[in-house]
Amino acid sequence: MTSTLTPVRSKRSALTKGQLPKYAPYVVLAAALIAGAAILALVGFNAFGWGIVSAILFAVGLVSWSAAVEGSRKAKDKLATCLVVGSFLIALLPLISVIWTVLVNGIPGLLAPGFMTTSMNGVTGVFDNRAVEDGAPVIGGIYHALLGTIQITLLATIISVPVGLLTSIYLVEYGNDGRLARAITFFVDVMTGIPSIVAGLFAAAFFFAVVGPGTKTGAVAAVALSVLMIPVVVRSSEEMLKIVPNELREAAYALGVRKWRTILKVVIPTAISGIASGVTLAIARVIGETAPILVTAGFATSINSNVFGGWMASLPTFIYTQILNPTSPANPDPSSQRAWGAALVLIILVMVLNLAARLIARIFAPKAGR
Amino acid sequence: MTATSLTSTQGAGRAGDKIFSGAALAAGCLILAVLFGVALFLVVQAIPALTAPAEEIQGGEGFFAYIWPIVIGTLIAAVIALVIATPIAIGVALFISHFAPRRLASGLGYLVDLLAAIPSVVYGAWGAAFLAKEISPAYNWLAANMGWLPIFQGPASATGKTILTAGIVLSVMVLPIITSLSREIFLQTPKLHEEAALALGATRWEMIKMSVLPFARPGIISAVMLGLGRALGETMAVALVLSSGALTASLIQSGNQTIAAEIALNFPEASGLKVSTLIAAGLVLFVITLAVNMIARWIITRHKEFSGAN
Repeated sequence: MTSTLTPVRSKRSALTKGQLPKYAPYVVLAAALIAGAAILALVGFNAFGWGIVSAILFAVGLVSWSAAVEGSRKAKDKLATCLVVGSFLIALLPLISVIWTVLVNGIPGLLAPGFMTTSMNGVTGVFDNRAVEDGAPVIGGIYHALLGTIQITLLATIISVPVGLLTSIYLVEYGNDGRLARAITFFVDVMTGIPSIVAGLFAAAFFFAVVGPGTKTGAVAAVALSVLMIPVVVRSSEEMLKIVPNELREAAYALGVRKWRTILKVVIPTAISGIASGVTLAIARVIGETAPILVTAGFATSINSNVFGGWMASLPTFIYTQILNPTSPANPDPSSQRAWGAALVLIILVMVLNLAARLIARIFAPKAGR
Repeated sequence: MTATSLTSTQGAGRAGDKIFSGAALAAGCLILAVLFGVALFLVVQAIPALTAPAEEIQGGEGFFAYIWPIVIGTLIAAVIALVIATPIAIGVALFISHFAPRRLASGLGYLVDLLAAIPSVVYGAWGAAFLAKEISPAYNWLAANMGWLPIFQGPASATGKTILTAGIVLSVMVLPIITSLSREIFLQTPKLHEEAALALGATRWEMIKMSVLPFARPGIISAVMLGLGRALGETMAVALVLSSGALTASLIQSGNQTIAAEIALNFPEASGLKVSTLIAAGLVLFVITLAVNMIARWIITRHKEFSGAN
């Protein structure tokens, strides 16, 4: 390069003139961390404040250095990069904080003896007072709530999957993008936005009108959850059916296969991995819903294995009632311990379902190689 | 001979075809019927509250006097959530679509989607037990230094269970929605526009400002509207975090209430006219969110026709 030929060694290449050196961000970061620690040491050190102050100092330092050396356009670019990366880091804070809080508070509850295998039947404030005052173990568990959640979600799945899958088949195979198909697509989208509590109120109002006022059972809750679940199933199955290659359908028709047999034997098996993963995600979405169950199934403290009769507990409503109405109002700690334990179980359930959806999509995906 | 056997098999197949297409059509119509039914049953069950004499409704001044403070409260919480979530969500979406290394991008996107997977009741518990406690010193500072603004009027709530805390928790919950929708739109920006901007010497930020953001503006607006729909209807976060009360202008005192939380807190013990009142409140919420969602979807479909990107 020409720069090596010039007698003045310190002169930089014309191509990189007016640019910050590559190490600039690291230098500014180190300076910002040290300065941040110094400032925080004056007002009382804490790690969170250190991170915030250092991040601000880093952005200000890098941008003003860049403005001095590179000019305002590059400085604006640096500022935008800092803001964008910063917003991503800010978005991660609540995620880390929520998971950390649930883990720290939930593990003692989860490890309490009988937490997974007993219900709250007969557990009164007396036991909780004794647990706080005399150090007796916290009794009572989530068995009834877990059972209720599984039953309600299962029934909701049984209702939603056929309806959702058939609707998506109609939209893709029979609808021909006609007026009805477009109306269904539009209203499915609108249904996605129904507030969960309104879905609960609908199921409650429906059963109040049909069966009788005050009807609250697991089945009512399952209907409420189906209202939330059907649009999710329709959307995901529709996407999956759409990407089945048309050649497969035409090959089947050319062999003289009827349309319904083509759909059942060719189209759905090709798309089944995507459909199954969509359904799993839909289950993961509704399993954590609280509000619709609260207004439709009430809350029970004992085991109820009949979905069609009597109030029923579920994990989310269990958490809600244990926090809002502790078993012993004088000593809410055992109740909140149980609530956090249940929250941990619920989060694990949802995460497992999410992971399962990804695995299903990957394992059962149609083989691409020919 | 052959003709009859052909028609007989065809007959069986045709019946299967008819049944199957009929079932698919019925399922599609069922969805329309359900949405219609939601509106119908809410109206039917809400009528007693709308026609009842004013003094029998909670508060004693009729349904309108009962509903408008909580409608305002709902709007306040949703607006706080959007004001916080929108800039951060757009930043995160830009980070994943244009700034992060290609190989990491989908993994980082999954990380943000995890935020959407956490159940709302867990957010509520987190907001009540962790966030409210941590944030109340900040409220004291706001009350002391910014107290001349009506929205930060003191004395600040000692527990931190205020509408502002509820709004912050809501913003965390709508963030993944706005992020994932805007990310999709950002990725659809025509590559030629981006490359043309870069070829003219634009920096990355100028490229985004000139080609990505103008293209994505309708998509961002509709993503924000969908986030608004979610924030309006979210129940548990508010019910657990907010210690509710009468409508107040100050965001850092306890007070205010949202429709969804009002229903969740009172419905389990309600009976008679109170049930109708709450269902009528739910109807109001339904109408508001329906309008918001329909506008958002309308913007998306209109955008699809014009953009030429799909």
